[in-house]
Amino acid sequence: MSKIIKYILLDILRNKIVVAYTLFLLAISLTVFSLEDTPQKGLLSLLNLILFIVPLVSIIFSTIYIYNSSEFIELLVSQPLKRNSIWFSLFGGLAGALTLAFIIGAGLPTLIFEHSTTGGAMVLMGALITIIFVAIAMLATVKTRDKAKGIGLAILLWLYFSLVFDGLVLFLLFQFADYPIEKVMVGVSALNPIDLGRILILLKMDVSALMGYTGAIFKDFFGTQKGYIISVIVLVLWIVLPFGYSIKKFNHKDL
Amino acid sequence: MRRKLISLIGIGLLFYNSNAATIKVGKTEVCKTIRSAIAKAANNDTIMVLSGIYKENNLVIDKPLTLIGIEYPIIDGENKYENISIKADNVTIDGFKVCNSGISSITDFAGIKIYNRHNAVIVNNIIEDCFFGIYAQFGINCIIKNNKLTAHQVQEQRSGNGIHCWKSDSMQIVGNTISGHRDGIYFEFVTNSIIWRNNSFKNIRYGLHFMFSNSDTYAANIFENNGAGVAVMFSNHVKMFHNYFKENWGDGSYGILLKEISDSYIDGNDFEKNTIGIFVEGASRIEMYNNSFKNNGWGLKIQASCMDITMKHNNFIGNTFDVGTNGSLVLNNFDYNYWDKYDGYDLNRDKVGDIPYRPVSMYSMIIEKYPPAMMLFRSLITSLMDKSEKVVPSLTPENLKDNHPLMKPKQL
Repeated sequence: MSKIIKYILLDILRNKIVVAYTLFLLAISLTVFSLEDTPQKGLLSLLNLILFIVPLVSIIFSTIYIYNSSEFIELLVSQPLKRNSIWFSLFGGLAGALTLAFIIGAGLPTLIFEHSTTGGAMVLMGALITIIFVAIAMLATVKTRDKAKGIGLAILLWLYFSLVFDGLVLFLLFQFADYPIEKVMVGVSALNPIDLGRILILLKMDVSALMGYTGAIFKDFFGTQKGYIISVIVLVLWIVLPFGYSIKKFNHKDL
Repeated sequence: MRRKLISLIGIGLLFYNSNAATIKVGKTEVCKTIRSAIAKAANNDTIMVLSGIYKENNLVIDKPLTLIGIEYPIIDGENKYENISIKADNVTIDGFKVCNSGISSITDFAGIKIYNRHNAVIVNNIIEDCFFGIYAQFGINCIIKNNKLTAHQVQEQRSGNGIHCWKSDSMQIVGNTISGHRDGIYFEFVTNSIIWRNNSFKNIRYGLHFMFSNSDTYAANIFENNGAGVAVMFSNHVKMFHNYFKENWGDGSYGILLKEISDSYIDGNDFEKNTIGIFVEGASRIEMYNNSFKNNGWGLKIQASCMDITMKHNNFIGNTFDVGTNGSLVLNNFDYNYWDKYDGYDLNRDKVGDIPYRPVSMYSMIIEKYPPAMMLFRSLITSLMDKSEKVVPSLTPENLKDNHPLMKPKQL
């Protein structure tokens, strides 16, 4: 298994797109940190970019990579190898390569310019979100056989998590404005890894003072050690559940 | 005529000299305690107190005297007494170190308290760990100048105000440094007074607290890092010039909270890094000119209950939200301000933008109506909504706009 992971990892790292992605992230984070007058503000601008670009690249790149290596996967399946380990190594290779790209591209500048717990939390969130969207991509590819359809699904999923979900939340807020739904919102935020990641990081920054009563309720939950651990567990579940489901599907898939 | 005048002055000097004696207090002097010196002194005498620790229980000054401390003699209240009570007119207290007054929830113990008197002068004192620092009750025409007040209480209930004026008139509060008290400077029913060049920071509640105090001016003060900033409430004809409001950051913290204020001027102030620069509620006829709002959460939060507020020549730079409001009724006037988020153009190059600027973003309207929407703070959808709202305004108040936004920040 480690051999296949190594092979996939090297194959991806040799891929020009991942190198370009790394350089792109590096350029953005360096620019942002040197343009803004305080590293705190740089972090804030970087946060928006990371929550937008990282999921997009992770999900689309993973989807395309898996479709492109379908013949390679077929070859591996014909060998005396467990399907579990093939799928695992594919996931490991993709997640490893993209996380590495993220950490070099955005993580290092963040830790250099803003080596605080907030910066650390942001690097952790970015890495987790990368892995989550690789897992979601694997679920999307295993569900659809057609490449075009699969990529379309991946884009839709990204759109859902970064835009549509928030629209739905807003709609819910308007509908239930007369009820005390602040606490419910804490639960709702767990349904979207991007939202959860954003809230966790914002609460660590001093802009959280702007968030008023809702922010206070969020802080009550996420600000505590327990809440923080729970939310990281939720994010890990966002990796485990889609990937677990995809591995189940892959095991019974007729290639 | 001239001879008459000179002789009059001569008689005056003679009179003055014959009356004012100087009494020294110290370990090696005749008077060992200040109390005995006061008992001995006649009106208008000067008492010089040499350095040392004086435990005088409650020192009552009941004659018009000048008390001068040499090298900051310490007047210790032993956490039980009010250190100095001024119960005569024309008392001067200069150069003392007053510390450890009693703390009580029934009596307002203070380091130095003025009881219904006028012309008290309190200068150059250090006041440490007192319940109230300097307390003026019915004080008239008193000067409180260049004092340094510090306290270290954590709870609001265990701490009094730094400089507390109640039902006073014509007070001058100048050049004091106040930190660690409940409110740095507290005014209630105080009129015709000036607060000038004070530095009030790290107080538990407000840096400056104003209630029912009309026709007062505060200028060139620094209010930094106070629990809730500055509150000015239920007053009129207040003038606020060239003050700094800095880093009053936290939940429910303001640069200035204005509530029920009328006929006032806010001119040339700097608001930097406050959660809300100015929060205005129920105010009317206020002119805000030449202020700078920099890096605040909200630059200005103006409720629909305000009327005739004029905002002119102010700079709004780097605020998360420039202006927030809670309704569609706008009876205020925004004109010729600089907004860094303005993206209009200036074809005729008169340095005034050709299209109006709307400082209220759609998202700030939404969170005002539906506070839980704060959950989407800094998400993609909110910035998209703000962009689309800019093109076609629907939710933001139609009239809240700056018709002549400046293209460049005004030099302040």
